Amino acid sequence: MSQLLESHLTPGSAVLDQTCLAGDPWMGTVRAGQTLRILDLEGNQAVDTLFYNADDVSERYSAADTVARNGQLYLSLGSRLYSNAGRVMLDIVADTCGRHDTLGGACSSESNTVRYALDKRPMHSCRDSFMRAICEHREAGVLGLTKRDIVPNINFFMNVPVTPDGHLSFAAGISGAGKYVELKAAMDVVVLISNCPQLNNPCNGYNPTPIRLLVWD
Amino acid sequence: MNLIATHRLLWEETLPGGHHWSGRLRRGTALRLTDVQGGANLSALFYNAEQPLERYNMPDTLKSQHTAFLTAGYVCQSDMGRVLCAITADTVGWHDTWCGVGDAALVRARYGEQRYQEQRNAMFRNGRDGMLIELAKWGLGVRDLVPNINFFSKVVPDEAGALRYVPAHSAAGGTVDLRFEMDTLVVLSAAPHPLDTRAVYAPSDVVLTAYRADAVAMDDPCRTQCAQNGRAFTNTERYLGDVA
Repeated sequence: MSQLLESHLTPGSAVLDQTCLAGDPWMGTVRAGQTLRILDLEGNQAVDTLFYNADDVSERYSAADTVARNGQLYLSLGSRLYSNAGRVMLDIVADTCGRHDTLGGACSSESNTVRYALDKRPMHSCRDSFMRAICEHREAGVLGLTKRDIVPNINFFMNVPVTPDGHLSFAAGISGAGKYVELKAAMDVVVLISNCPQLNNPCNGYNPTPIRLLVWD
Repeated sequence: MNLIATHRLLWEETLPGGHHWSGRLRRGTALRLTDVQGGANLSALFYNAEQPLERYNMPDTLKSQHTAFLTAGYVCQSDMGRVLCAITADTVGWHDTWCGVGDAALVRARYGEQRYQEQRNAMFRNGRDGMLIELAKWGLGVRDLVPNINFFSKVVPDEAGALRYVPAHSAAGGTVDLRFEMDTLVVLSAAPHPLDTRAVYAPSDVVLTAYRADAVAMDDPCRTQCAQNGRAFTNTERYLGDVA
């Protein structure tokens, strides 16, 4: 695991402090220079996250640019999150978990039918949370976000190890209650989160739980 | 690699190194990709030709097959739980799924600048611009450019996830065969891989050979690779109105 670093920021001085319940989506804007903390309240909770340039949402988090430009499959302290235009969107400036996933993407009704069984389609999924968010949030409508903009996301607190011979698995989580990751924004970003409702694999410890989101100036 | 019987051949063309291409491959047809000089990189994306909101999805493809790379037996899945194409044969053994395409700044920093103004069609090209040019021809654009496959390229992680590009992974004459299970828009760029460590810009040519494929049997190796693939084929057949 990578180096861990605690933050000196305290919730009392945060300009935003919200809880996102298990299985819910969340959207918000983080301005350049602000710091976003994603806090795993009860442990082993995957947080499916996308970032968009608030001024032009066609610029967005790019898993491929982030992996290739960092030369690293996993995210941890010091990782830079790159956009599809090759620009830094955010930097991970504090982390008490140690590893976050770039390859696992979001669960969906459709992928659940493939991965588990055709009759798993009715189970709640991150894709459905993303669809709900872009339909319901006024901000998403103004920005013009649609399914076209839903691309492979980050899974904070999720552990998807890849072996040198190329085997990929969804392993038991390495996060725990109270662990967090902090990101400092290098541009104004719209944050789109699905607090993952997956019950078919250990990515949420088979028990999806709430997360807390804080922003500091 | 099997020879393709003459009566099955549909067309063949050469994609010069660095260049880009797009076209439609119907269900039941196949495309053989051949690395001509060795060390090729062929960036590829696949879209449902009748509804391109449905497209190749890197995470769904990897996680349902428990693999981080692609080779024979694996399928390229869409974000809707269906099979766009299946990899029916492969002499190369590992195709990269993580690293995306390089852009103009990367190519300029690594190889210098060679513009059309001076070099005409020997100008240096990059994968991002090539993919965007082809996407634009179909009314698509930057919002549709998602993590792609890099055929013929290999990048391996160590235990901590640090990546290493494997030079000269693909030999001259290496081939990979894709059998299309849906009518698919195929978008390709033969520009250098973003982590290519070679100092000289000399991307290999890739020959594209389209041919009629055999019907997919119930014991097809891609279909039976794992139960997940069987369900993805079932989803595809249901979408197409075939028996499933």
